[in-house]
Amino acid sequence: MTITSKNPILVVDNVRTVFHTPRGDVRAVDGVSFSLKPGETLGLVGESGSGKSVLGRTVMGLISNDARTTVTGKVTLDGVDVHGVKRKERRKLWGTRVAMVFQDPMTSLNPVKRIGTHITEALRYHLDLDRKTAEERAVDLLTQVGIPEPKRRMTQYPHEMSGGMRQRVVIAMALACDPKVLIADEPTTALDVTVQKQILDLIGSLTTERDMATVLVSHDLGAIAGRTDRVQVMYAGRTAEQGLTSEVFAAPAHPYTDALLASIPQIENAPHSILRAIEGNPPDMANPPSGCRFAPRCGYADATCTSVLPILEPTPGTGRSVACHHPLLAGAVREGSEAAHGR
Amino acid sequence: MPEPDLTPASDTNNVPVDAATPGVATAAALLDPGPEPELDSAAKRKKLLVTGAPMLVVGLGLAVFGATTPLLITIAKVLLLVAGLLLAISGLGKVAEGIRGRSVDVVFILGMAWLVFLLAVAALAPLLPLGNHNDATEGLYAPAFAEPDLGSEYPLGTNVNGLDILARTIYGARTSLIVAVFAILIGTVVGGTIGMVSGFLRGGTDWVVGILTNALLAVPPLVLLVALGTVLEPNLRNIALALSLLTIPSMVRIARANTITFAQREFVLAAQAIGATRMRLLRKELLPNVVLPIASLAVVMVSMLIVAEASLSFLGLGIKPPEPTWGNMIAEGEGGRMEEHPFIVIVPGICLFLTVFSFNLLGEKVQKRWDPRSAKL
Repeated sequence: MTITSKNPILVVDNVRTVFHTPRGDVRAVDGVSFSLKPGETLGLVGESGSGKSVLGRTVMGLISNDARTTVTGKVTLDGVDVHGVKRKERRKLWGTRVAMVFQDPMTSLNPVKRIGTHITEALRYHLDLDRKTAEERAVDLLTQVGIPEPKRRMTQYPHEMSGGMRQRVVIAMALACDPKVLIADEPTTALDVTVQKQILDLIGSLTTERDMATVLVSHDLGAIAGRTDRVQVMYAGRTAEQGLTSEVFAAPAHPYTDALLASIPQIENAPHSILRAIEGNPPDMANPPSGCRFAPRCGYADATCTSVLPILEPTPGTGRSVACHHPLLAGAVREGSEAAHGR
Repeated sequence: MPEPDLTPASDTNNVPVDAATPGVATAAALLDPGPEPELDSAAKRKKLLVTGAPMLVVGLGLAVFGATTPLLITIAKVLLLVAGLLLAISGLGKVAEGIRGRSVDVVFILGMAWLVFLLAVAALAPLLPLGNHNDATEGLYAPAFAEPDLGSEYPLGTNVNGLDILARTIYGARTSLIVAVFAILIGTVVGGTIGMVSGFLRGGTDWVVGILTNALLAVPPLVLLVALGTVLEPNLRNIALALSLLTIPSMVRIARANTITFAQREFVLAAQAIGATRMRLLRKELLPNVVLPIASLAVVMVSMLIVAEASLSFLGLGIKPPEPTWGNMIAEGEGGRMEEHPFIVIVPGICLFLTVFSFNLLGEKVQKRWDPRSAKL
């Protein structure tokens, strides 16, 4: 495959993000690593509070070392050590080499600025284009993200557009200066289902066309399943499991992944059957449990799990890694999990 | 750029406010099933005209009678005048509604007409054929305390020095407006900038600005003005500067609070994520949003500043006579002169009242229209 021949454009190595709060240190991201090649899409999955958005922002450098935050580990983006350079240098990466699409298109556009201005400002600022060229480029971009009548849309204000259209504008803004890495932070959460598919398809096709590396952050397994090459399942700031999307979803090795998949409603389920949920809540990150973070909610947990923190280890013979003392084995997995969770 | 065109949204927002009367009209139409709606509204209009026109005429008549009659005591005259004017205004409202077909905010329109008129005469004062407004030597040849007589050489009378009150009122308006407008401009620019920067940077800057703002707010405004008035030479520039000090703390607070709210919005982060510098975030993302609430506060504050300037002049700390301001014109009524010649106080007093009232009306409208809470996000 061509993918393997390329060098990774984004390397995240053992990144930790700690917020110093009055309640104590909150380890929002606790030792996460991954790498991404151009044209590849990585899915970051996890429930609310699992640290996936913070990870996205740390990777980009929007969250970095300051009075209230400590970031350790290393993020290398297109050869630049994101947290090792000065703020000014880091800012130069934003927009041109890495860009972000945000969750809620209702709030990520400035209500008093025209659509055209949103896009041309970035173009003129980074690429030093004159007004006319920038406007032409902006119309091009709006066309690329599938906005009909782009010329007319340029002069409109955000409130005149629908949620889906606004998200397309946000994507166009992010792509304006040809970034090599795109971080999409729950880009479809605020949109309705039919529009979600369109936006995800759009991000997918743009990734391929532009040979970008895309990180797709989502809590929606359905959104991740068909559109990512690899997936990283996050729990309480740590990676629970990572591997090729198809393999992970076909046979989850970590009980958390398994439980997440089991809690998706299936169309074949009998009417009124009870949907399985994961009991309990994600742990308090200021005061995480000792041992495996998932142990208090896990059906398989034993004494080892509650005392020893499992590390992410590659499973021999596969491209996968899992952080679990008792990984579910392919084949035996399904029945085991049924028994454990089918209370 | 600083005044983004929000007209489409604001228009739709304003509809329910103005629509109150049509709503009532349709409700009446529903209750009265007989005639067709159009006929009904035509009849309604006619009724409004028929009731409104006499009210207007009678009201004006009462007011004129009250103002001119020698038969009644002063209190009765004033009551008659006020009642007549109120009747006339409500009659005018009905007539306007009858002609236009929907309710009209007559008071607001009259207020704006007053402001436009005042601005025009104040701006054109040197070109108008006005009497002597500040030359006391020349005034020696004119009668002192001439009674107002619209047909005479001194339409609104003269003061103790024989200076023309009409001319003085108009030149006084110049002073009031110039001082108030400059003070509000200085206050808005300085206060707005400080507030935005402290709301954006937070931390130490915010702490220092907070202390200074609160310190300034802790000094009673009039005491502050009197203190400044005794130290500074009373000219237009110094008075405008002193008054701007009054506006800065509230401007800082409004700008800071709005900046904090908007800085938390995702669009600021989004702009940052495509590489905007902090200066750029302030200028391009936050300023256009913060300008609206600041501007509407500024309009409201203009009226406060006009009063403050008049108070300073009244106390003798403002512009010195014989240069006229409304404040020192009112002060001329001291020492029993007002009882003998009420017009020397009434004329500037009414101008002050009408101007402040009109600016308040305008400020209220502007605030309603530019209220950040009503802007759809």
